[in-house]
Amino acid sequence: MPQEYRLILKHADQPGYTPDIDCYLKHGGYGALKKVLALKPRDLGEGKTQSPQEFIREEVKLSGLRGRGGAGFSAGLKWSFVDRKGGKPIYLICNADESEPGTFKDRQIIHKDPHQLVEGMILSCWANDVKLAYIYIRGEMPEGAKLLNKALKEARERKFLGKDILGSGYDLEIHVHRGAGAYICGEETGLIESLEGKRAYPRIKPPYFPAVLGLYMCPTIVNNVETLCHVTHIVNMGGAEYAKLGTPNNTGTRIVSLSGDVKKPGYFEVEVGKATIGELINDPAFGGGLRDGRKLQAIIPGGSSSKVLKAGEKFKLKKKNKDGEMAIVETDLLDLPYDFDSLMGAGTMSGSGAIIVIDDSRDIVDCLANLAEFYAHESCGQCTPCREGSLWMNKALHRMTHGEGRKADADYLLHIAQNIQGRTICAFGEACAWPVLSFVKKFKPEFEARGAADEAKRKGAGTSQKFAAHPDQQT
Amino acid sequence: MSTFAVPSELESEIDELISHYPEKRSASLMLLHAVQEHFGWVSKDAIEWIAAKLELKPINIFELVTFYPMFRQEPAGKYQFKVCRTLSCALGGSDKLFKHLCGKFSLDAHKHGLQTTKDGRFSVEFVECLASCGTAPVMMCNEGFYEGVTNAKADEIVTKCSA
Ligand SMILES: Cc1cc2nc3c(=O)[nH]c(=O)nc-3n(C[C@H](O)[C@H](O)[C@H](O)COP(=O)(O)O)c2cc1C
Ligand code: SF4
Ligand code: FES
Repeated sequence: MPQEYRLILKHADQPGYTPDIDCYLKHGGYGALKKVLALKPRDLGEGKTQSPQEFIREEVKLSGLRGRGGAGFSAGLKWSFVDRKGGKPIYLICNADESEPGTFKDRQIIHKDPHQLVEGMILSCWANDVKLAYIYIRGEMPEGAKLLNKALKEARERKFLGKDILGSGYDLEIHVHRGAGAYICGEETGLIESLEGKRAYPRIKPPYFPAVLGLYMCPTIVNNVETLCHVTHIVNMGGAEYAKLGTPNNTGTRIVSLSGDVKKPGYFEVEVGKATIGELINDPAFGGGLRDGRKLQAIIPGGSSSKVLKAGEKFKLKKKNKDGEMAIVETDLLDLPYDFDSLMGAGTMSGSGAIIVIDDSRDIVDCLANLAEFYAHESCGQCTPCREGSLWMNKALHRMTHGEGRKADADYLLHIAQNIQGRTICAFGEACAWPVLSFVKKFKPEFEARGAADEAKRKGAGTSQKFAAHPDQQT
Repeated sequence: MSTFAVPSELESEIDELISHYPEKRSASLMLLHAVQEHFGWVSKDAIEWIAAKLELKPINIFELVTFYPMFRQEPAGKYQFKVCRTLSCALGGSDKLFKHLCGKFSLDAHKHGLQTTKDGRFSVEFVECLASCGTAPVMMCNEGFYEGVTNAKADEIVTKCSA
């Protein structure tokens, strides 16, 4: 039976564990920093040497660490794209905007073990020759911002941060920057604009890849809170040893946020891919199953922007079969290993590691309407398909949940969503289109029935159609 | 001339914040937070003051106030309740909680945006996911964070504010 494997949250919930520096030091804190500062250049033979910084960057590559913020991109590879030759300063930003609906893992780290993040950041900055870094924390976490400021102050007092860190000659400063309630600040280029003091309008890639043209048009690394925390453990364990945790190409541990219709919602740290979605929802060690008498209807597997999975769905996954050969194996939704690649294979994503469970007592149209309202509120408004489309989808879903729906609304929603994805500056376009596409496609009868019932009611009451068909629909 | 005055402690806090960035403009959001925390809202005079401080035009600050939902151009209640509206909290009963609070304060639960009681004591608004979905429904009261908020728990919190 799968169990939690606590690496990042090892101490977080232990009785008596406090967020102050003495407690962190007592538990071996800042040991990784002392270790890297003592490293000497390595002789690679043939007159080549490897700097300690390069060595740690290689270790991070070797660890297989993938970003925990959403896209699951290799951290080592991201760092390797940084332009180190241009002579511009390199910046690092910790993405602590945590605002993908369903996600509440970074909050645990920030509130319960802020020094772990600070150490992970110092190591990552040191390995990438960064002298100035920021923690971009969402505005609605005032307590978290205070805790981080306190942790940074403590680290400065102990010479782990600031000028000439522990006498090594390395200077680094880290500051906390607060957002102010806009979801789009979580998108890395929107975040950078926001940190420059502007509206968080995402930048178009190419050319504005943060690794080349980021903060102040300088090379910039943006990593999620949890990703940066893993760096400390990679330094402590060594990249190869770290890579033994989890499963191939899906290494390490990750914190899963579980919410919605389960008996025991909460956060669980597991080795990536060692637990299935079904186990995370149903095992007593995790979610403890659905409430009595309830059946599963749907699962949102990786934050609200990931495509929904319907109870009973089967997927064809490439896996090793019983004889150890690669084969296509039919896999039930509940048997999907919770990792980056399996969920991608199932046509969705593990995103921010947030599972939202929806049971059979819920109206699926209401659920999507709730999310559509979120996206309509959060579009930054730069691109027409996203700005208009997110509002139209919200409008259609609003009328469907207020007795004014039409059967044709299901197709109308699909039509709008299809015209957003792939046509926008940033991935918010996909983030708002995917829930609509997946919900409506997988639950089409429910959506059509809801609209048809409203139509029938209006006919019965003798009222005319309140909404004229949208011009787009008159095909 | 405006009578807008920034006390010296606040101004030194602001100068410290500006020093955190290689470019002054980056301090805009932090200055808006500092000013709003002190005065309770961001007035036109405050916008002009911040712009001057950062060597920007007022529009550069104004466009932030209208973009970022946390900044207000009018005073809010002494106690501000932010109830999470998004899916996990909705499944956990945030709608009921919001209606309960609105009922308590004689505000309209169907109205969008921030609403404040006539005596200026309480404000209520729905906000998006507050990153604590596992303890739904959740809400904030000023800087305080509350989880698993039943109607009874909400009553307690309100009573504490009123005391
Ligand atoms: C609309 C949108 C919102 C996002 N929100 C967040 C967020 O709240 N936190 C986060 O870490 N990443 C978020 N991301 C992902 C970031 O753009 C970026 O990929 C991530 O911070 C990189 O860190 P990682 O490689 O360590 O995962 C978001 C992306 C998009 C498109
Ligand atoms: S896709 Fe949406 S959120 Fe992203 S830049 Fe365009 S309008 Fe803004
Ligand atoms: S949905 Fe309410 S905190 Fe996330």
